[in-house]
Amino acid sequence: MPDVVIGRSPLPPADYIAETRHLYSRLGYEPYRWAERPEPPPWRPVTRPLSECTVGLIASGGVYETGQVAFHHRDDTSIRIIGSGVETGRLRATHFAYDLTDARADPNCVFPVDTLRHLAAAGVIGGLSDQLYTFMGGIYSVRKLEEVTAPRIVSLVTGAPPDIVLLVPV
Amino acid sequence: MLTSAYSITASVNPPRAAFADLPLGHTAGGPNDPKGQRHLVGGALRAAVAMGEPGTIVDLGLRWTDDDWKARPLGWRRGRSRQVADEARRPADGAPADTRQPRLPDPQYQNDEDRRAAEQTSWEEQCRVCLGIDTPGPG
Repeated sequence: MPDVVIGRSPLPPADYIAETRHLYSRLGYEPYRWAERPEPPPWRPVTRPLSECTVGLIASGGVYETGQVAFHHRDDTSIRIIGSGVETGRLRATHFAYDLTDARADPNCVFPVDTLRHLAAAGVIGGLSDQLYTFMGGIYSVRKLEEVTAPRIVSLVTGAPPDIVLLVPV
Repeated sequence: MLTSAYSITASVNPPRAAFADLPLGHTAGGPNDPKGQRHLVGGALRAAVAMGEPGTIVDLGLRWTDDDWKARPLGWRRGRSRQVADEARRPADGAPADTRQPRLPDPQYQNDEDRRAAEQTSWEEQCRVCLGIDTPGPG
């Protein structure tokens, strides 16, 4: 039986900001300062049907392909490039902040490459970018993420820009 | 973007977001459930195209089969035995259990075979697909 079903829980969504604030306060740390961006986000309308759109993927669950150097867990700002034709059995996951059991059993939980390939084959999307990008999102420094990792990814994506970029955080 | 962390996403305020009410580690769906994964990802992409207002977070109307995980969202673990072990570590004051793993500064391979595979790959080839690695390669 699948773990994910259609429906709404009677309980509210888990509030990770409150949860981590509670945990870190108890451990004697100052509250973590989550990024707050109240200003209107940048916006570009999608001008063609989804079935004609190329979709890119950026995933922060720490997925890499065997043969690549694995991520470390102390503010690793590096990036992996994974070809969109990758054999799923070659994908690996490493991270310190979530249980990896399911991502290792099925990387599509956090790196939906088979999912996107199927949607492309079915004509739901126009296609998938040739190169997909991953990083290990457990980076406590917002500054490092903004000044190092994000600009690097933006540069890569804009080199071969898809119509839509799907960001899959964990 | 996809998300299972509603409050964090609302704080970051991305142009377009689609929320699924799932434990961490399942942003794109449950394991070995291709039909469910396609429903989630396809639904999010369709919503993204249809959105007209920046900052919208669409609720995809998907949930986990039970709500037990919401009692310990930071400490969710596949398999009851590990959940029980984490419960034992929960402090008496009701704070979330400290389930953090140590943040180690060297590459954390999924297995030793991966480590050997990475070490055998030439450093030059690695640089093309691993950007921004500070540690020196083999040789």
